[in-house]
Amino acid sequence: MTSTVESRSEPAGRGTPSGLAAAARAPGWARYALLVTGLAVALWLPNGLYPAVAVDILCWALFAVAVDLLLGFTGLLSFGHAAFWGVSAYATGLVAIHLGLPFPAAVLAGAFAAAVLAVPIGYLAVRRTGIYFAMVTLAFAQLVYHVANEWRSVTQGENGLQGVPRELFGLDLTDDYYFYYAILPIVLLGLAGAWRIVHSPFGRVLVGIRDNPARARALGYPVHRYKLTVFVLSGFLAGLGGGLFAVSHRFVSLEVLHWTTSGKAVIVVVLGGIGTLWGGVLGAGILVRLEDWLSFSGFEAIGLVTGGIFVAVVLLFRRGIWGTASALARRRWGRRD
Amino acid sequence: MTAFLQSTFNGLVSGAFYALLALGLAVIFGMLRVVNFAHGAFYMLGAFGAYVLLAEAGVPFWLALVVVPLALALLGMALERAFIHRLTRLDPLYNFLLTFGLTLILQDLVKLRYGVQSSPYEAPAGLRGSVDLGLFDFPTYRVFILGFAVAVCVGVWWALARTRVGMVARAATERPELTRALGINVGRWITPVFGFGTALAGLAGVLAAPMRAVNPLMGADLIIVVFAVVVIGGLGSIFGSVAAGFGIGMAQAWAEAYLSAFPIVAQTIVFIVMAAVLFWRPAGLFGRAEAPA
Repeated sequence: MTSTVESRSEPAGRGTPSGLAAAARAPGWARYALLVTGLAVALWLPNGLYPAVAVDILCWALFAVAVDLLLGFTGLLSFGHAAFWGVSAYATGLVAIHLGLPFPAAVLAGAFAAAVLAVPIGYLAVRRTGIYFAMVTLAFAQLVYHVANEWRSVTQGENGLQGVPRELFGLDLTDDYYFYYAILPIVLLGLAGAWRIVHSPFGRVLVGIRDNPARARALGYPVHRYKLTVFVLSGFLAGLGGGLFAVSHRFVSLEVLHWTTSGKAVIVVVLGGIGTLWGGVLGAGILVRLEDWLSFSGFEAIGLVTGGIFVAVVLLFRRGIWGTASALARRRWGRRD
Repeated sequence: MTAFLQSTFNGLVSGAFYALLALGLAVIFGMLRVVNFAHGAFYMLGAFGAYVLLAEAGVPFWLALVVVPLALALLGMALERAFIHRLTRLDPLYNFLLTFGLTLILQDLVKLRYGVQSSPYEAPAGLRGSVDLGLFDFPTYRVFILGFAVAVCVGVWWALARTRVGMVARAATERPELTRALGINVGRWITPVFGFGTALAGLAGVLAAPMRAVNPLMGADLIIVVFAVVVIGGLGSIFGSVAAGFGIGMAQAWAEAYLSAFPIVAQTIVFIVMAAVLFWRPAGLFGRAEAPA
């Protein structure tokens, strides 16, 4: 039983190993237009949205891209990525509170902590594939949750870590508007890193493993080691997002490690489009904005809406928003190979 | 010795819940290749069903024990026809995601109506108090749960091993194409088997109502433990899932009794055992190895 989400969801012979590969074959001007539009939206975002929401979108975008790196490009559904997001949030908070480092250094430390945690979890989890991989990662994340809940001297238990500073060489970043622009370069670096991974020879091997693990092994690629490496990289990226999330909220609660957080990350990816990378960014924007609007209007059953979106996307358009849009665009303008 | 037996007994009782839930998951997985994330939600609905029937219609426990699983079988079959059925030709991960979405919906529907606080549910009159088991007294209701769960597990095993329906189900699980070629309509059994699995979850929920706090989130945390249990036992193996359920229940109870200074051990022992099993026997204790990947 192999876990090739993408390849089996698409009719055989369509020959799109990934949405991104297809985008890479799109006309050059379209790629640059998309890139410029994306950057323009990123620069404009806190002017059009409540800045705190814009900051959340950036954090969740990193998280979603981390999950998509595994799900879309390696065929591994991690349902326990809250472990990395959350551990980094705690590590970042502790470093920022106790060492008083500038927040980018604290976030980096948090992301490294997440990557270190990803080594043993990934080592054990890549021994299973498909649905088992999802269950195993979910279980390990729950283990981390229980440990954080019990280890009160460090995590403050249910009170959470309070007063995480937004220190950056004495700059005043209390206003979310300015904080957004302070973290934007870090987020863009993370996204560019993910893009680089996917388009490297390493990334092509990952797609090969996703589509045909037996063949990849026969060609001499150490499949487990490739999976473990991308798992750790993904944990690092998720940790980058989680650390920024901790600094932006100035508070870390156990919720960052809860399984609903893992599930939300997967929803964001599926909504945006599995295997599209940028779809996750789009999905993060939509879901975070929607949840903010729902809680602002006093609607309490957010799970009803997110669950409903999930069911609808899985049933009706499995390619997600980005995947559907790029398929439409390709049909409209054709490919120029 | 008495203390050891007592904690073993407690472990078997909580293991009974894991076993019933793991059994339902394994039966559904065997036939549909679907891991039902909503299994915990069905368990929660079972407990709420018993609570609502008693509080709002005065329906006693014994009747609820029959009515609620039947109702959940119908709900499960309806959901299978409406949603899960449409995705069975795709990667099983899609149905895992779909049932995750259904979990969020079911949980929040109950939360909207009843809030998040726990609702009390009393054990039926005949099962209150405790019985003398020779060495120690034990709550009657727990003895009942243990006996009932073991009877259900044995019954399901008997049905799978000895009845015609069970043979068809096993054949369809192992060699669907060949079974079809022999003229057996496999598709006809899929929906009833799914309904049977959700009924088992509902049954576990009704049994849990007098013992555990009835609230909308009671199933979600439990189902993650049950996932670990079926990874340990090997999801493809019904016997393995049930055995791992009872085993983990006992391991937790022993950790609670003898390592009470470290409550974290009892909470996480299931995940630690899972890690060890993944290290030494990745396919699970009773599972068959997957095709190398």
